Amino acid sequence: MTASAIPPTSSDPAVEIRGLSVTFGGKVRAVDGVDLVLGRGQAVALIGESGSGKSVTLRAIMRLNPENKTKIEGSIRVAGQDVMAMSKRELTRLRGRAVAMIFQEPLLALDPVYTVGRQITEAIRRHEGLSETQARARALELFERVRIPSPQRRLDAYPHEMSGGMRQRAMIALALACRPKVLLADEPTTALDATVQIQILLLLRELQAELGLSTIFVTHDLGAAVEVADRIAVMYAGRIVESGTARQVVLSPNHPYTIGLLSSRADGALVKGSRLETIPGSPPDLANRKPGCPFAPRCFLAIDRCHKEVPPTVEVGPGHGAACWRSDEAGAAFRERLEAVAAVA
Amino acid sequence: MLSFILRRLVAVTPVALGVSVVCFMLVHLAPGDPLSAVLPVDATQETIDSMRAAYGYDKPLPVQYFIWLWHVLQGDLGTSISSGRPVVSEVGRAVVNSLILASVATLIGFTFGTFFGFVAGYFRDSLLDRLASAVSVFGVSVPHYWLGMVMVIIFSATLGWLPPTGAGPDGSGNWRPDFEHLRYMILPALTMSVIPMGVIARTIRALVGDILSQDFVGALRAKGLSEFGVFKHVVKNAAPTALAIMGLQLGYLLGGSILIETVFAWPGTGFLLNSAIFQRDLPLLQGAILVLAMFFVALNLIVDVVQTALDPRIERG
Repeated sequence: MTASAIPPTSSDPAVEIRGLSVTFGGKVRAVDGVDLVLGRGQAVALIGESGSGKSVTLRAIMRLNPENKTKIEGSIRVAGQDVMAMSKRELTRLRGRAVAMIFQEPLLALDPVYTVGRQITEAIRRHEGLSETQARARALELFERVRIPSPQRRLDAYPHEMSGGMRQRAMIALALACRPKVLLADEPTTALDATVQIQILLLLRELQAELGLSTIFVTHDLGAAVEVADRIAVMYAGRIVESGTARQVVLSPNHPYTIGLLSSRADGALVKGSRLETIPGSPPDLANRKPGCPFAPRCFLAIDRCHKEVPPTVEVGPGHGAACWRSDEAGAAFRERLEAVAAVA
Repeated sequence: MLSFILRRLVAVTPVALGVSVVCFMLVHLAPGDPLSAVLPVDATQETIDSMRAAYGYDKPLPVQYFIWLWHVLQGDLGTSISSGRPVVSEVGRAVVNSLILASVATLIGFTFGTFFGFVAGYFRDSLLDRLASAVSVFGVSVPHYWLGMVMVIIFSATLGWLPPTGAGPDGSGNWRPDFEHLRYMILPALTMSVIPMGVIARTIRALVGDILSQDFVGALRAKGLSEFGVFKHVVKNAAPTALAIMGLQLGYLLGGSILIETVFAWPGTGFLLNSAIFQRDLPLLQGAILVLAMFFVALNLIVDVVQTALDPRIERG
């Protein structure tokens, strides 16, 4: 194996997932047949509520789920390389180098007893065999890049000595330390307060464009998804129920669950004084999957067929797919709602 | 760091004073006159009074305390009633012996305890974990004097490999670092090491399990560290707590091993305390307890300082 895990000339997509299923403890099917293609330089947002399998999908790309308790099926390719076939050694070369990850809560994702600088130089030295001085110079550059004030001093700070936003910037610097091609971000702004969230999103978008990163964002925040992603994939109960460009998914959704997500946002299509819409019911038990569409029990459009057969993904527009038996009715229902809101306003 | 140590030293002073009061009082709370054990049964009241005056027992307690404290501060712990020798030299020799034994025992216990703890923590719920946990539960729960006797029966009485009691061939109680003296130490040290081994193994097992379940371990793997690389992080995270436990265990062994030292007739503090209690040797008892308590205070101080040096989250400022 050569120094680089990814041949840069390859024309394969950055990440290609086919028929991915992840089962925990032999029972809980957290991810159930996910297909996802991330083009080079593209940003995809995975959206869904807690337990929809978005983080598990993300972790599966680096095979970070605990090996002994997890069963992964399907194929995962990073720049054409089969991740499922990689040995432990090959995996450590993939992780952090070709693919890097940003975690939700940087305070928990950074080792509390090492300085932030040490944690960055550790990754650089591991992958590129630089001296501590060279690695530190690179870390300093990265800190400047992610705009951490007084970077020289911050390198010697411990995670608990930094603010939340600063920690997430350090986390991003750590992820970018070995110039990865693919960046996986697991709810990178969830643990931050609102003003800092926007700064971090803007920083991520800027870095993505400048460095030509291919990015997968996991988030439950539609606003954040629209902000950073070219494409959006909506996940429910371990499946992708709708995917398309950000505009397609947000402006003309064709899956009742996506519509539910859009309607339950506090901003936008909400008239003052009216009740905030919610999706009734709760997500299904992934250990005891019932036949049919997993969203059917909560769906306002469900018919008999939905409870019996799993809907396949159908193309509802160019590059826009929805896994719903009644995708046309769903699209129509959404347009109706929009008109109703417009009429009231 | 230096100012931190200084401030800790200042903070420790009231603790040390409190400990000295307790030490002094403890002995006076026990029933019976300290002199009654050494004086002949038919001693006249006159003799008793003159002896009491000679040892200062006729003065009020607070006065006795300050006189005692004043002497202690000058390094004078009084004279042993039973042997007539200065308490300082008796206690000093015993402390050295105990310290040697306790250090070796803690070292053995710490080595095996950390090993078992890490194995059990890393391979939770596996056969290895159960095995290691069984060993550590055995270490915590087995009666140590009983274990000591069993060891003596096996290795001295039956196999005849090791001497059963004492600290050396000449019986002087002065330990020297040579092979012959080392042989005398093996049995008591092994027996004693079972205590810290069990405690440390159990603590580290829980600690490692806790650390491994934290997010940052996943993040370390995500940046491409090998399992050994991750292991180094786990060790550094576990170190402050592990060292604190080790320090406290050393403290316990220093004074709390009366039974083991008695079983092996090891001339240490436990053995000394034992005989001081039975001979009602008040100055000796007071002196021994005080010295042991001070060792404990000092150990705590050292553990504090080391922990602060290792874990940046503990406030230094």
